[in-house]
Amino acid sequence: MLAPSGKLDRRAVVNALLADRGDLLVIAGLGAPAWDITAAGDCPNNLPLWGGMGGAAVMGLGLALAQPSRRVLVITGDGEALMGLGALATIATKQPPNLAIVVLDNEHYGETGGQETATKHGVDLAAIARGAGIADARTITTPDGIAPLREAIHAATAPLVAVIKIDAANLPLKLPPREGAYLAARFREAILGPAAHHQL
Amino acid sequence: MDRDALEMRPDAAAEWPDRIYAVLKAQNITQVALVPDAGHSRLIRRCLADNEITVVTLTTEEEGIALLSGAWMGGVKGVLLMQSSGVGNCINMLSLPILHRTPMPMIVTMRGDYGEFNPAQVPMGNATQTVLEAMGTLVRRADVPGDVEACVDATIRMAFNTYRPTATLLGQRLIGAKTFGKAEGGE
Repeated sequence: MLAPSGKLDRRAVVNALLADRGDLLVIAGLGAPAWDITAAGDCPNNLPLWGGMGGAAVMGLGLALAQPSRRVLVITGDGEALMGLGALATIATKQPPNLAIVVLDNEHYGETGGQETATKHGVDLAAIARGAGIADARTITTPDGIAPLREAIHAATAPLVAVIKIDAANLPLKLPPREGAYLAARFREAILGPAAHHQL
Repeated sequence: MDRDALEMRPDAAAEWPDRIYAVLKAQNITQVALVPDAGHSRLIRRCLADNEITVVTLTTEEEGIALLSGAWMGGVKGVLLMQSSGVGNCINMLSLPILHRTPMPMIVTMRGDYGEFNPAQVPMGNATQTVLEAMGTLVRRADVPGDVEACVDATIRMAFNTYRPTATLLGQRLIGAKTFGKAEGGE
């Protein structure tokens, strides 16, 4: 699960988190996290985002509140999470028990040339989440943290945030479908069945 | 209107906020995302008192666009309540409902629109309809109480029937222009 740098490999981490995922619903923030969940296996229970930077976590909140009997996992990057820090306060206020936020933190803006993010300079996203009121906010730097996190994603009774420090290498692109209407319609149908396409 | 209030709000006797609430109920809206505005305060109180409505208070309005996108994915209908200044915060996030063809009804209380006292409210208030339309939103205005119910009803119907962002702008003339107690035209 380690890259040559000795840091966690993002694809291996995501593969492990999504193993035996059951009916887990996954929203991925734009860029590499969307490629990562696609590399693990594109499917209708995935919603990879192509835009809306800063919105992934709170989109997960809207879904988790709408579907309280389903588990919702948001996988995003440190740059995307930093753009929507207020979402941690909004999520903490609602305390959705079925929502997990995983931040793949490579401390860089990977899609734009590898510029450093604020986490490279000590900004601690897990501490910010705890300060917002998300009690289970963990930072993971070694492989032994991944299996317990996967368990918690399926069984937690309170929202959780996991910041996973990963290797910063850009990996080969694994692009999901690009048509947003298709991605949304298949995701809704996976959740709601054929009724998804009729008037609410 | 209360000319001494620091924020504009409808006269206590104004019943149009209750009409909006009735439209939300009739349209089966069960998730209400908002950044508070005094013009929406009565409607917000009605929503908070309703156990069938999940109210989510946002730190910034663009969260509401993402939040309601997620709610729609899960089969729940929502609306976003905000002041015109908050529309500016939503611009890029409106990419999501356009990309995904997601219904996104917004009910916007206007500032900087009619008899505004605060110069800081004018730039965004003056641009609100333009920027919403630039981001593909169908915009309708209500400036008198008799238009509110029909406008809000049409805004919500167009969003959910045609899968796009829509907005009702509740004009400042409807809500009551704030004057900080000064006479109109005074210093």
